[in-house]
Amino acid sequence: MFLGLYNYWIAILLMMIGFYIVIAHGNLVKKLVGLTIFQTSVFIFYISVGVVERGSAPILAEGISDYSNPLPHVLILTAIVVGIATTALGLALVIRIKESYGCVEEDEIQKLDQLNEEKS
Amino acid sequence: MVIAIAIVRTRNLLAVVMLSGIYGLLSACFFVVVDAVDVAFTEASVGAGISGLLMLAAITITGRKEAPKRHKPFLALFVVLVTGGMLIYGTMDMPYFGAADAPVHQHVAPRYINESMQEVGVPNIVTAVLGSYRAFDTLGEVAVIFTAGIGVLSLLTLPRRRKKTSSDEATEEQMHERHMVVRIVSKALIPFILLFALYVQFHGDFGPGGGFQAGVIFAAGIILYTMLFGLDTAQKVFNPSIIQLLAAVGLLLYASVGVVSMINGANFLDYNVLADDPIDGQHIGILIIELGVGITVASVMLSIFFNFDARRQAIQNSNKQKGEQDVSRTL
Repeated sequence: MFLGLYNYWIAILLMMIGFYIVIAHGNLVKKLVGLTIFQTSVFIFYISVGVVERGSAPILAEGISDYSNPLPHVLILTAIVVGIATTALGLALVIRIKESYGCVEEDEIQKLDQLNEEKS
Repeated sequence: MVIAIAIVRTRNLLAVVMLSGIYGLLSACFFVVVDAVDVAFTEASVGAGISGLLMLAAITITGRKEAPKRHKPFLALFVVLVTGGMLIYGTMDMPYFGAADAPVHQHVAPRYINESMQEVGVPNIVTAVLGSYRAFDTLGEVAVIFTAGIGVLSLLTLPRRRKKTSSDEATEEQMHERHMVVRIVSKALIPFILLFALYVQFHGDFGPGGGFQAGVIFAAGIILYTMLFGLDTAQKVFNPSIIQLLAAVGLLLYASVGVVSMINGANFLDYNVLADDPIDGQHIGILIIELGVGITVASVMLSIFFNFDARRQAIQNSNKQKGEQDVSRTL
């Protein structure tokens, strides 16, 4: 009876995977990949909400009366491009961290920070 | 989903990036299946194309191996499971997949679907909503992209490099000479990629496409050129400072359309007053703002990639110099 909800469950599973990567992995690049998966799960959630049974792509044409909901498409289309721009910003930060610390692992960076504090 | 799990398990970051590219392509296929063609277009060019490229550029700088985990992941797993469990509990009240009477389809969507032909005169509803009904929203998104571009520039821009020595150039020539087949094939392909980007740009009113997708595809074409012929050659053709200027020009073009419509006595970004006939006005407005979006997206993506690449080269050069010093010391 709950099988009609499977689209949400797929989105939630993907979200959990992305979330797990973000929490459990120390490598900053990997964390960003995790965030991307998290992001895509939200996209999939939005798009699947907009689906209408027997609907067609929202481009007006003769002889079609049911269209899927165009609003989520618009929101997600822009969100994808914004997402890549922000991911690029994150990668740029990672590169700078690599340059100043010499590594991109979270716990190593924290150790270096503590050492620096003790010195000063 | 299988691929997402594989991403968790793999520790080689190069493989992770490749897998995330496949993941992007698969989700694009999913978007096609559920009739979201515009979104699929964007995801295919961004998720499977540009994002993989940028990540690759980043891991060439930061190193390809992930360190093995030292602490136990049970706490993280617990947090994730609790969150997921609560979310699944939350879905119990949600409408079923594909139900046409779901609350989402009752609010503004019917108006977009039924009236957009009379009000905007553009067959692609997504473009109509993006460019006209929610134009202010889109302006904000473009501004975010522009800001992210500025952020990357301020983080990664190097001081102007000195002239390269001839030995450096010689080694680079060799590097690029090696991939003869790839070079010739892509030389033939690049004009068509750019042409396709322009088609996507100006055909967005009628089919899937628009400024966002076109910008990304255009940038991808030029990035391909950069990868094959070297950063310096590419920057001779596409001057980085001009590209940075263009990013601002695109955003300003978009905003100025809004100002023009205000001067003509309507609301900000109300295109009806741009021509005598409201429908014509809408067409002009959407065309111009899509152009603005395309210019901004393409140039921001390009300048981000150029900066990543310049960083990489600078680091390689400094490594090489260090190596030479070591050699001379041992001698």
